[in-house]
Amino acid sequence: MDHLDQLESQSVYILREAFNRIDRLAMLWSLGKDSNVMVWLARKAFLGHVPFPVMHIDTGRKFPEMYAFRERYAAEWKLNLILENCPPVEATDPSLPPAARSAARKTLGLKSAIEKHGFRGIIAGIRRDEESVRAKERIFSPRGDGGQWEFHDQPPEFWDYFNTDLPRGTHLRIHPLLHWTERDIWRYVRREAIPVVGLYFAKGGKRYRSLGDSDITSPMASNAVTLDEIIAELDATTAPERAGRAMDRETEDAFERLRAAGYM
Amino acid sequence: MSAQMRNVAGTEPLRVVIVGHVDHGKSTLVGRLFHDTGSLPDGKLDAITAMCERRGMPFEWAFLMDAFQSERDQGITIDTAQIWFRSKLRDYVIIDAPGHREFIKNMITGAASAQAALLMIDASHGIQQQSRLHGFLLNLLGIRQVAVVVNKMDLVNYSAAHYEEIRRIYSHYLNGFGAKADFVIPISAREGDNLVRHAASMPWYKGPTLIEALDSFRPSLRPVDLPLRLPIQDIYKFDDRRIIAGRIESGGLAVGDRLLFSPSNKTARVHSIEGWNRSSPALQAQAGESVAITLDEQIFIERGEIASLPDSPPVLTNVFRGRLIWLGHDPLRQGGEYRLKLATREVPVTAQRVERIFDTEDMSERDASEVARHGVADVILRSRAMLALDEASAIARTGRFVLTDGHNIVGGGLIDMAGYPDQRASVTVRSSNLQRVAHGVTGAARALRNGHKGGVLWFTGLSGAGKSTIAMEVESRLFQKGYLVYVLDGDNIRYGLNANLGFTPADRAENIRRIGEVAALFSDSGMITIAAFISPYRADRQRARSAAKERFHEIYVKADVATCERRDPKGLYKRARSGEIAEFTGVSAPYEEPEAAELVVDTATHPIEDSVRAVVDYVERNFTLTES
Repeated sequence: MDHLDQLESQSVYILREAFNRIDRLAMLWSLGKDSNVMVWLARKAFLGHVPFPVMHIDTGRKFPEMYAFRERYAAEWKLNLILENCPPVEATDPSLPPAARSAARKTLGLKSAIEKHGFRGIIAGIRRDEESVRAKERIFSPRGDGGQWEFHDQPPEFWDYFNTDLPRGTHLRIHPLLHWTERDIWRYVRREAIPVVGLYFAKGGKRYRSLGDSDITSPMASNAVTLDEIIAELDATTAPERAGRAMDRETEDAFERLRAAGYM
Repeated sequence: MSAQMRNVAGTEPLRVVIVGHVDHGKSTLVGRLFHDTGSLPDGKLDAITAMCERRGMPFEWAFLMDAFQSERDQGITIDTAQIWFRSKLRDYVIIDAPGHREFIKNMITGAASAQAALLMIDASHGIQQQSRLHGFLLNLLGIRQVAVVVNKMDLVNYSAAHYEEIRRIYSHYLNGFGAKADFVIPISAREGDNLVRHAASMPWYKGPTLIEALDSFRPSLRPVDLPLRLPIQDIYKFDDRRIIAGRIESGGLAVGDRLLFSPSNKTARVHSIEGWNRSSPALQAQAGESVAITLDEQIFIERGEIASLPDSPPVLTNVFRGRLIWLGHDPLRQGGEYRLKLATREVPVTAQRVERIFDTEDMSERDASEVARHGVADVILRSRAMLALDEASAIARTGRFVLTDGHNIVGGGLIDMAGYPDQRASVTVRSSNLQRVAHGVTGAARALRNGHKGGVLWFTGLSGAGKSTIAMEVESRLFQKGYLVYVLDGDNIRYGLNANLGFTPADRAENIRRIGEVAALFSDSGMITIAAFISPYRADRQRARSAAKERFHEIYVKADVATCERRDPKGLYKRARSGEIAEFTGVSAPYEEPEAAELVVDTATHPIEDSVRAVVDYVERNFTLTES
């Protein structure tokens, strides 16, 4: 087993635990590279099937290429796709800075989708190496009845024993990619030939390294037009992955506040 | 980025946890290490500088990993975090663990997945409470590669004597529970001394730098050479295939292998190893792989069972000793009910007994009936259901467990079976071609001829409680009254029927099993059979009861250890105390009191004659034929 085999095996184990222990389960599909890998890992775990709904919380502000990608692969991968919209920015916490408010729409959209469908488990493709608040996450992470993250008192989780039992009115976030890095993701995409949106590849000297809403996401300077070139670029760079995501850095605690309120 | 570094990019990073007492410099070390190896992401230094300026404080490396606002405001690490960095040799995942006693649950969450550890000790403050507890917990968690890092050497004038004193005392502490440090490295994280380069300030130190020590650690090997353990995670029926899913925790399997599922004891052969998006079907799989297999027979098995090869199965038992760390807000109570998670199995268990509590300050032991939050203890756990498990020392992944209470994990530990037998031999019928034959003479006819019913009087109790004395006296009185009665004597049985058995826990269990079966046959023949054996385990007595069914009468000959030891008719307690006899019940092996004996006779507070009369009365009440 090489490193990618081990990462894959661990993620498959987590997905199978979630499927066995949690009744109403859904996987978040943001159409980005990480959630495509996650859908792929589910098909590995369940032998070609994705035995729970795959949900896109749509801000309505994704890039057109992303919507085209969604239509094509939802059909090709036979996904049970749930589409949910987000409320307008006016509904978000006005004390947040502007880009964070924009991102907070997704939190509200997710919250109402969870209530509407009665989900007890939400599988999300976050990784520890993306952002330092996410580095503190659990694999099975309990959320309060308002969807909030009680990050100051997380339950212990060790030896692959997860907290899978939860009080009524709450839900669990399951993070099967928590232990992967950005470089792992791209190497796995290359090995498995997993489709990704074209925006990740350079056009006119720029490419998107992380994909969010089109109004708060910017591309980086790059000439990487193939998977090999993207991987070589990441092996050499010291620039952070989410440098193009405005919401992360508006104020010191903006991202922490987003996540505490239930952002993925 | 050198070509050499890119070459290792596909290998597994080594996972290293940094532990130690609060304020001994864990976070500072991480920050400095990242800076000195050029691993900091762009903009991070500026962001930290801005955070510090906003708070009017000097530059603080800890802010690299203290991602929560409240961690930065209060200057403490609350939860564990992970960060990636590269040395010239390879990639690392650095796991930061909080040093406050209050956040031990988070320290364990971070440390449990590590392959190596750096344990920080502040040279100016010396060894503190969490320095010791963390060292103990690393060992409990199974982390065997440890470097002790004596930090803040600049505050003690880089004194070799000061370093040597800490090295000596802490090594002695680790030795106390069989652990050791691979290195003890004097550093100054703030100054960067002995991290990447040997420091001119400590010319007397000849050992490796911190980076050299890290690079000398090895990734954990997957346990492919141990016996196969495949805990069943789920059964899928997405199509006409019935698929068994799980992760191989140790050993390996191949298509065609016969698998034994425990505790159900069913077997079937591996028909196929299923996969998706593979170029060719797999014919074998090994430890670490999440697999999906089909079997050649449709047997009913479920989540929680453990598949093994038939000749190297896991232990079967419903009781074990757990050496555990307790993390619950409420103490673990003797007699308390919890849920056990063991591999993929989940069952209710009772904390039958708290055997001993360890004081991690000086490794002394004491008795108690509860384990407080953050306490470390040996606890006997008992389930109603039979469990398949391993001793932690044999197979780590099926030898460790957690307990949950309410919705959360509240503790975890390692399994130790010393003094408890494997019950597999006694629950397995080896030949399945046997048919029970019905007798032409009925039990009722035998009882009519004899004038009384047959049965088993099973005397259990400590050595020296008076079992044999009472048994022989009861036999003689019942015989005089006209009963068919016979005592199965321990020594006599061991001379003949059980001559091939010794005194290991397994042999003791087999000894009792055979006696139980013989006693049942005697009682079936109409005899009142008295079996007087210590028989310390409930499971063994329960099996003897199932053999004789409603004809079984458990009689507890009760006397405490102190009383029995005072009597010591055969001098056995003395030999046990001197260590000459190992695993002696009541001294160095457990005695499990009956929960619902049909009769209890107390020989500690009453004369033997009272007990003899009580048993004879009991027989006259229960074995005499009632007129109809």
